[in-house]
Amino acid sequence: MTLDKQTVVIIGAGECGARAAFALRENGHTGKVVLIGAEPLHPYERPPLSKAGLADGAEPVYVAPRQRFAEQDIDLKTAVSVTGIDCAARQVALSTDEQVAYDALLIATGATARRLPFGPKPGKRILTLRTFEDALNIRPHLGEGRHLAIIGGGFIGLELAATARKSGARVTLVEGLPRVLSRGVPASIASAIAARHSAEGVDLRCGVSIAELEETGKEATIVLTDGTRIVANLIIVGVGAAPNVALAESAGLAIDNGIAVDDRLRTSAAGVSAAGDCCSFPLALYGSRRVRLEAWRNAQDQGTLAARNILGHDQPISAVPWFWSDQYDLTLQVAGLAEGAATHVTRRLGGNAFIEFHMAQDGRLLAASGISEGNAVARDIRIAEMLIARRARPDPEKLSDPDIRMKSLLN
Amino acid sequence: MSNDWVEVCGKDDIDEEDVIRFDHNGRTYAVYRSPDDTFHATAGLCTHEQIHLADGLVMDDIIECPKHNGRFNYKTGEAKGAPVCVNLQTYPVKVEGGSVFIQVS
Repeated sequence: MTLDKQTVVIIGAGECGARAAFALRENGHTGKVVLIGAEPLHPYERPPLSKAGLADGAEPVYVAPRQRFAEQDIDLKTAVSVTGIDCAARQVALSTDEQVAYDALLIATGATARRLPFGPKPGKRILTLRTFEDALNIRPHLGEGRHLAIIGGGFIGLELAATARKSGARVTLVEGLPRVLSRGVPASIASAIAARHSAEGVDLRCGVSIAELEETGKEATIVLTDGTRIVANLIIVGVGAAPNVALAESAGLAIDNGIAVDDRLRTSAAGVSAAGDCCSFPLALYGSRRVRLEAWRNAQDQGTLAARNILGHDQPISAVPWFWSDQYDLTLQVAGLAEGAATHVTRRLGGNAFIEFHMAQDGRLLAASGISEGNAVARDIRIAEMLIARRARPDPEKLSDPDIRMKSLLN
Repeated sequence: MSNDWVEVCGKDDIDEEDVIRFDHNGRTYAVYRSPDDTFHATAGLCTHEQIHLADGLVMDDIIECPKHNGRFNYKTGEAKGAPVCVNLQTYPVKVEGGSVFIQVS
């Protein structure tokens, strides 16, 4: 069978699935492409949902206008879910009772917001944020006179806190660990972000533990183990996301903190790949450590790579992990993984802007994490990303000297 | 071609393979100096999410948006792939008497 006649089915029409569909066409695939999304909307970007996407009347930011899918001959099915994968017969079953045969299958089912293991079932006043519909449900609870209680000092929780404060709502944010952003962000940067939230009037409570959630009438209450009651109009649970693996698991695919793929994004089943938030993969740059990334750019990069590999390009994962967060006028960017670093140096860029560089024992640059108003750290982080990809060992003194252009370290 | 040329800055105010932001009459532009020492100008905001491109990185003929790494060829304005799909407006540039001018109309 030639590539031209192959049918590629993509399960999941988020950033990753949509990008993969377009990448198949960009890379010359002329066979069928079927893109199946469970949500009613055509593919949209999730990052704005915790920011501008919460403004009254804000429309989804679409990955591409709907007609572009038709123009690219992508068979986009929305509000359709896949109910089963038959790896032996190479077909998927849909909620519409159709069966769709595939030559190559890409699973890009993303992740679902985690819930707390206790408390009432999420109701009208205990919500999570993952979809545009979730954002619509949160909107009426923003604005002056409202009180939002946020559980979790990760990116979603903090971005929501910033957006809610800007709307005039009161915000209380509770975090179980001693500081916000414990995962993947240096303490100095987390502390700068926490200070900004406090200055903006967010009631930030770290190191607390929750006994119970209650939902009664127009109120939702967080009860802490010390007896404190935080009474709010709305509780938002922002405690991370779990990969959507149920479909893959019932099809017999190997699971390891996500759908386990190799460095070509291949799952344990022939002809089946997985990409984006739903998969865990070995990262060669970091000793082939198996990681799972919930990040917009990773979803894009892996969607593109999966498409290319389906078409026979046989390329390994090589992208450096990268993510950003916007809170108030602050932008945080992180490239690489700082875990296992032996040393670090700081580059101060003026104002409140700074970058932390983390190095391994042998001097190799592992990660760069920066924060600034606006995008002042962006280019240096981008160059750091290139250095990380090259496994470079830049001179720490030069890294910490803002008068030395980062670009010169690429030579 | 008469008075719609606007002086941006001195030639040496832009490093080689770099970009600066230039605001004029309520509009914002990005003005570039290429590695081979030619000057170029584009609209100042990324076509994806209205981010100032002048905070981005210039590599060869490419400007990369500082926010989501959308890439454009700043000489032609061409969008170079996801997440950007709309090209950048470009503007004529000239260098006279050591200064850089762009034609903004």
